[in-house]
Amino acid sequence: MSLYVTELRRLFKRRLTRLLLVLLILGLGGIAVVFSFSSHKLSPAVIAEAQAEADVQYQRALGDWRQAVTECDAAKARGENTEQRYGPDCGREWQPQPEMFDPKWNLPYQFDFRNEFGIFVAVFAGATALFAFLVGASFVGAEWSTGGMMNLLLWRPKRLTVLATKLAALLTTLLGVSLALGALWTVAFWLIAKNRGTTAKVTAGVWQSSALDGVRALGLILAVGAAAFALASLGRHTAMALGAAVGLGVISEIAIRIGVAMAGVRFGDRWVLSTYALAWFQKQWTLLDHRSCDFSQGQCSPKELIITWQDSALVFGVGTALVLVAAFWMMRRRDIT
Amino acid sequence: MSAVLEIEGLRKTYKSRRRGTRNALDGFDMRVEAGQVHGFLGPNGSGKTTTLRTLLGLIRPDGGRMAMLGHEVPHALPAVAGQVGAIVESPQFFPQFSARDTLALLAGAGEVPPRRVDEVLELVGLRDRAGERVKTYSLGMKQRLAVASALLKNPKLLILDEPANGLDPGGIREMRTLVRDLAAAEMTVLLSSHILGEIQLICDSVTIISLGRRVAFGPVDQVLAQHSQGAVRVRLEAVTDLPAAAEALIRAGVRVTGHPDHLMLSGVDKPAIVSRLLAEQGLYVSELAPVVVDLESVFLELTATAPVPGQHRQVDQSTKVGEPGQPGATTGGWGA
Repeated sequence: MSLYVTELRRLFKRRLTRLLLVLLILGLGGIAVVFSFSSHKLSPAVIAEAQAEADVQYQRALGDWRQAVTECDAAKARGENTEQRYGPDCGREWQPQPEMFDPKWNLPYQFDFRNEFGIFVAVFAGATALFAFLVGASFVGAEWSTGGMMNLLLWRPKRLTVLATKLAALLTTLLGVSLALGALWTVAFWLIAKNRGTTAKVTAGVWQSSALDGVRALGLILAVGAAAFALASLGRHTAMALGAAVGLGVISEIAIRIGVAMAGVRFGDRWVLSTYALAWFQKQWTLLDHRSCDFSQGQCSPKELIITWQDSALVFGVGTALVLVAAFWMMRRRDIT
Repeated sequence: MSAVLEIEGLRKTYKSRRRGTRNALDGFDMRVEAGQVHGFLGPNGSGKTTTLRTLLGLIRPDGGRMAMLGHEVPHALPAVAGQVGAIVESPQFFPQFSARDTLALLAGAGEVPPRRVDEVLELVGLRDRAGERVKTYSLGMKQRLAVASALLKNPKLLILDEPANGLDPGGIREMRTLVRDLAAAEMTVLLSSHILGEIQLICDSVTIISLGRRVAFGPVDQVLAQHSQGAVRVRLEAVTDLPAAAEALIRAGVRVTGHPDHLMLSGVDKPAIVSRLLAEQGLYVSELAPVVVDLESVFLELTATAPVPGQHRQVDQSTKVGEPGQPGATTGGWGA
C-alpha cells in the first residue's frame, strides 16, 4: 500500500502531470464555454420572429415574381422573345409558395442534448485519451530515462510488483480524473441544453445510452493510458511510446490503406485501426463494397460489412493486453544497466 | 568474524552478434567481513559495477553464488533490501524533484519514517539546499544526495560506488569521515573507488578485480606487504663506500640497484640482515629504510595498467588471473 500511495504522490508531484491536467481542464472548459455561446434557446418569441422573417421572405419573393411576370408580359407585347429569359408562359408556373420558406431556416442553432451529446462524449474521450497517453508514457518513461526506476528497484527489488503498482497508480488516477471531469462535462452540457438548448425527450433510455457511451469512452482512455505506459516501459523512454504511436498511425492509416487498395482487398478498411475507433464511438460502422455492384443492371445496393463496438473491443483489448504482457515480461527478464 | 557479503564464482556473460561474447564476470569471488570498510578496486571495465548491479538484483547472473547478510541473493533480496543501502555508478534522480521530495518518495516506498529524511539531509550537508530542484545541483551535490538516499534506511550494509566522484577536497574529506563514522557505528561499508589514496586511508580490507576476476584481496596492510617485494633503501656514512657495500650484498644474494648517494635493495625479508652484513665488512649504515609501497603502485602492478610512454592502453587491456604465465589461462574481452 505504501508503494501505491508513494506512486500516486510521485505522479501528482510531476510537473507534466499537473500541466497536462490544467490544459485538459482549460481545453474542455473552453470548448463548453464557446459552445454555449453558439447555442440559442428557441423561445416562442424566437420562433415567431423566424416565422415573420419567413413570411417577409415569401412576400418579397412573391413580389419579385409578380414584377417578373409583368415585365415579361410587357416584353411579349413589344414582340420580344421572352422564353429564353422568363421561361414558358412568363414563368407563371414558378409562383413562390409559402411552404417553400420554412421558418426553421431562420432559426438560430439550438443544442439538442438527446441527439447531440454523444458527439461531445467522443470529444471528451479524445481529449482525455491524449492526456492519458502523454501522462502514461512520461510517468514510466521519465523514470527509466532518469534512473528513477533503478533507484526504486534498489529499495523495492520486486520488479513486477513495482511495475504493476506504477500501472495501478496511473490507471486509478486516469479513472478518477475521467470520472470527475466526465461528470462535470455532462453537467456542463446539461446546463447548456437546459438554458440555451433543449432537453426534450431525454428519457431514461437516453441516459442509459449516454452512460454506455461514457463507459466506452472510459475504456478507451484507460486502454490508451495502459498501452502508452507499456510502450514507454518497453523502450525505457517516453519517446518510445510517442514513436510507436506515430509509427502505428502511419502504418495503419497510410501504408495498409494503400496496400489493400493496390491488392484489391474487399472491405480493405477492416484492416485500418480508425475503422475500429469509429465503430467504438458510433456503436457500429458499416463498410461498403461498391465493386460488388453491377451498375448495368440499374441501381445497386453494395455488399456491407458491419464492424461493431464489440469487434473494436476485441482489437483494442488484445492490442493493449499484448503490449502490457510484453512490458511485464521484459521487466522480469532485462538487465538494468 | 562473520561475512556480511559473500560472492563465489560469479559469472556474467554478454553476448553480441557483432562483437561476440564478453565475460564481464568470470568466476569472481569476494568476501566482506562485518563492521569493515572494504575497498573494491579495479580498472575501468573490469567488472566492478557489474558486480554491484548483480548483487543488487539489477543484472541477472549466469552463474555463481551471492549472499548478503546471511541471505542468498537475488532470491532473498526483498528480505534484505531494507538493510542494504546502495548507490550504483553516477547518481541518477528525477531532475524536476527537489532533494527532499526525492528522499521522501524513496522513504515512502521503503516504509522509512519521514523524519529520517531530514536526518540524512543534515548528515550529507544538503539541509539548506534540500528544497531546490535536483537539476540545479552540481555533480558533487547529486553525489551527496545519492549517499543520503543510501543512508535513508540506516542500513547494515552500505554499498557506495564512486561516492567521491565530483566532490571538492572538503567534500572528499567529509565523505572519508562519514564512512569512518558509519563503520564505527558498526555499519559495514563496501566502497568502490578510483581514488586509491582514499581507499588506503579508510579501508580495512580490499578486493582488486581485473577483467572479471579477483586478482588480490585481504586486509590492506597484508595486500601491501605481499607486494612490497622487500625493497629497502640503504645510505652509508661515506658515499665512497657504496661500491664495496654493493659488492658485499650481491655476494650475499641480495638484488642491488646503485644510485649516486644510496643503494636500493630488493628481495630483503629482514632489513636487520643488511645492517649486520655491512657491519661485518666495516661499513656503517646511516639509513636503512624499508620502502613502503602504496595501494596505487600495487593496483597498477596487479592490474598491469600502469601507463607506458608511447602506448595508449585500451579499456580491456589489464591483467587477468590465469593468463599465459599464470595458471588456467583464458582470454577476456569482446570476441573471447
